[in-house]
Amino acid sequence: MSPDKMRYQANQIATFFASQPEDEQVEGVADHINKFWDPRMRAKLFEMADESTEGFKPTLVAALQKINRPGQFGSVG
Amino acid sequence: MALIQEIDHGTPASTAEKTVRLVIDGNTVEVPEGTSVMRASMEAGIKVPKLCATDMVDAFGSCRLCLVEIEGRNGTPASCTTPVSEGMVVHTQTGRLKDIRRGVMELYISDHPLDCLTCAANGDCELQDMAGAVGLRDVRYGYDGENHVKARQNGEANPRYMPKDESNPYFTYDPSKCIVCSRCVRACEEVQGTFALTIEGRGFESRVSPGMHESFMNSECVSCGACVQACPTATLQEKSVIEIGQPEHSVVTTCAYCGVGCSFKAEMRGEEVVRMVPWKDGKANRGHSCVKGRFAWGYATHQDRILNPMVREKITDPWREVTWDEAFAHVAKEMRRIQFQYGKGAIGGITSSRCTNEETFLVQKLVRAGFGNNNVDTCARVCHSPTGYGLGKAFGTSAGTQDFDSVEHTDVVILIGANPTDGHPVFASRLKKRLRAGAKLIVIDPRRIDLVRSPHVEASHHLPLKPGTNVAVLTALAHVIVTEGLCDEAFVRERCDWSEFEDWAAFVADPVHSPEATQAFTGVPADELRGAARLYARGGNGAIYYGLGVTEHSQGSTTVMAIANLAMATGNIGRPGVGVNPLRGQNNVQGACDMGSFPHELPGYRHISGAEVRDVFEKLWGVELNHEPGLRIPNMLDAAVDGTFRGIYIQGEDILQSDPDTKHVKAGLEAMECVVVHDLFLNETANYAHVFLPGSTFLEKDGTFTNAERRINRVRKVMSPKNGLADWEVTLKLAQAMGLDWNYSHPSEIMDEIAATTPSFAKVSYQLLEEKGSVQWPCNEAKPDGTPVMHLDGFVRGKGKFIRTEYVATDERSGPRFPLLLTTGRILSQYNVGAQTRRTDNVAWHAEDRLEIHPHDAEQRGIREGDLVKLASRSGETTLRSTITERVAPGVVYTTFHHPGTQANVITTDYSDWATNCPEYKVTAVQVSPSNGPTVWQEEYDAQATQARRILPLDALEPAE
Repeated sequence: MSPDKMRYQANQIATFFASQPEDEQVEGVADHINKFWDPRMRAKLFEMADESTEGFKPTLVAALQKINRPGQFGSVG
Repeated sequence: MALIQEIDHGTPASTAEKTVRLVIDGNTVEVPEGTSVMRASMEAGIKVPKLCATDMVDAFGSCRLCLVEIEGRNGTPASCTTPVSEGMVVHTQTGRLKDIRRGVMELYISDHPLDCLTCAANGDCELQDMAGAVGLRDVRYGYDGENHVKARQNGEANPRYMPKDESNPYFTYDPSKCIVCSRCVRACEEVQGTFALTIEGRGFESRVSPGMHESFMNSECVSCGACVQACPTATLQEKSVIEIGQPEHSVVTTCAYCGVGCSFKAEMRGEEVVRMVPWKDGKANRGHSCVKGRFAWGYATHQDRILNPMVREKITDPWREVTWDEAFAHVAKEMRRIQFQYGKGAIGGITSSRCTNEETFLVQKLVRAGFGNNNVDTCARVCHSPTGYGLGKAFGTSAGTQDFDSVEHTDVVILIGANPTDGHPVFASRLKKRLRAGAKLIVIDPRRIDLVRSPHVEASHHLPLKPGTNVAVLTALAHVIVTEGLCDEAFVRERCDWSEFEDWAAFVADPVHSPEATQAFTGVPADELRGAARLYARGGNGAIYYGLGVTEHSQGSTTVMAIANLAMATGNIGRPGVGVNPLRGQNNVQGACDMGSFPHELPGYRHISGAEVRDVFEKLWGVELNHEPGLRIPNMLDAAVDGTFRGIYIQGEDILQSDPDTKHVKAGLEAMECVVVHDLFLNETANYAHVFLPGSTFLEKDGTFTNAERRINRVRKVMSPKNGLADWEVTLKLAQAMGLDWNYSHPSEIMDEIAATTPSFAKVSYQLLEEKGSVQWPCNEAKPDGTPVMHLDGFVRGKGKFIRTEYVATDERSGPRFPLLLTTGRILSQYNVGAQTRRTDNVAWHAEDRLEIHPHDAEQRGIREGDLVKLASRSGETTLRSTITERVAPGVVYTTFHHPGTQANVITTDYSDWATNCPEYKVTAVQVSPSNGPTVWQEEYDAQATQARRILPLDALEPAE
């Protein structure tokens, strides 16, 4: 997935949760990405974020700490 | 095996609870009040002779054959129109009645051809039966008087004679055999609700007429077959019966088209289907059908079917036919090689929503247990995945809440983003019947669909919103309900989380969500929206039915949540007549989702991260399951382009045609090293495949489909698979080739495994389905008979959850380059990618995809009716012919996606639902301009498809040198 598309889709999730009650926002984004993104997508998200979070919505940036960072195991399978 | 004979009670059942006792021919009978004497007699096993009565339509009392004598009453009343009363004493056979009936039959037969031996209805003709029943031996009037039978009379043309109308591809209308019982006319009105037929003329001049004395094909007839089924003679007759003859046995099975899941009797002669007849005991369809299920099954024997497995090294090579064993060994070797080379997660599979529950279960099992990853997905990704997500969040379960019978108790229907008269025709007929009986309708749709105004049906409100503004409109409805105090507070306090409700109510009450504020960008007049909100909240039982116009948006999941909010806030959930009802697209899309086809969850909607759930399957399957979610279809294609995903097994789905942004799908497929397509035909995806495994049709296998009302229906094999193996056997043997120790000898064993592992299916077995006909899940210890209506005493998740639904405009916007919005959908006669229906005579109704455009937009562009036009978006461009119509609003254009020549998905974009990646098919900014031929893309596509479909002749298998 192109970095633009990935950023766009992650921001879409952040946009939804940003409209939810405050205590659910960050948790909501992280939980959603953990539940529905396969490890290689999360790895790529971190690859991008580690370089720069420019263009990431604030809720997404805050959620990064709670998103499971794929380890060696299962990065591709 | 024998032909299933359904009892025709003559008149519909009464729903009264009070019963009445009467005596018929010396037998005491107890029946519900309001039952006709005819039906009561039938209950007692006494067949009163009849012609114009049949239990699918109301009594009419015209044939005068069903007369009876009732003690204490004068004359000979018609038993069909006479209701029973307490203590009534009825005689159905007396000397007087015998004389009258014989006299009536004499008149009928004096104007009827006597070609019984060569008549197509021979053996299945009620007129013939009645002549026998009344003992007709002679016709005193002779046959030479005025008649409708003979083309020439006394050497001159007979002006009353009308030749056969053979215009409909599936049935004929022979006026010479018509007895004007008007059953067809009433079936068209009462059962189908189209009102295409009438009786023209009076007295001896009366005859059945489609429209204004038109041919069937030129009339409003939708070819549902209700009239053919109702006809007691050969006047309306299936062409297949004319060609083949009467069937000798029949088997009850389930239609393989849309998510209504109609039950049919497959009427057979040997292994040849003679006709498909809707089954009256089918709980989804109650004896009705549409043109697809009733008639469009000819694809099963179409010459295009591929019957031998095929393999090729490169997609530019021609196909080479191989044995099944070679094919399985090749796939197993390739998949293992790819995993060795690129990692365990480099392969995956797609389950088919057209295949059975058992087959989808096996495919996901193959992926999870055999491939060792969770890269499995299904076509629900591109249709109802937001339903699964949204309803799961709100209610705790990912399915519609009602059965179809529920509509009979509904007072107000909201229909959002669905066009049931085309997409779910049999449900539409049931809905129209209820609307004619007084229920109110609110349509929320950018197009003026047929239900907005059609014969004897008119929506109270049509909210013609701009595509993409669903959330704003639904939140505005909630705003009105909350701010005008129309909520059902008692329901919410008892059944939902009160603090979440308060949070939500405060959110929607914000004036920014008022209809007056949103009108500017939704295009929905505020007063109309307020009226709709009041009607739904206070009009009695309110039910919401919705389709892909809800889900296929970047805010699809949010819209589903908004729907759930409305139902909960108004207390419209948890009893018959209300609820939230997604109209499912494909026959088994509900089942495919139930069976764990999504990459993040195991069967029964249980997330893969749950160790306890995994444990159930790990113990049974003897493998360790991966706890991480796998790739969804769009993610697989992205990963393929990235090079981390190289092999796929696709059962019964044509992603190249059905998925959005065709160019991207093509790029993904081209990047893979082993694409295995398992299908009936060389579909569009197969152009990019390395292995083709021939599939079997629903007529060739046993299994179950689960329809939109969670109803598990049996699919029964009526002929041997032409390709040699049922689809479940193909997956089974593929798994075995990959080294898995699988042993199933019948799909019932697969269902037993599903029941053993999935709590909502715990009590489901083939034996239970045999006993009950069908059952709706959950079906377990607590609900051994299944669950027609869900959330009766409380929500599955406990308390119903209200969720804020903030409107976020899609980034797909019209602008100077692409000033129009394209939305896509289906048409009645075609189904999905058309692989099946395009290979039937249904093409007579829809031979190509057309672009619907408003006269204003057409005129601005110099486009006339039927012109070839170019349709372009930022993704691509195609050409098709225009249809100028006011069904679409100015600024909106519409097309279908049934034909690969059009490739409507070249136009659609890669935008998708934020939660599920369900594509945004329903909104694409486009430009339309006159054109003089196919686009470069279409020409290249055609050339590639032709090249890719070459099959080496068998004698060319030996190398030339």
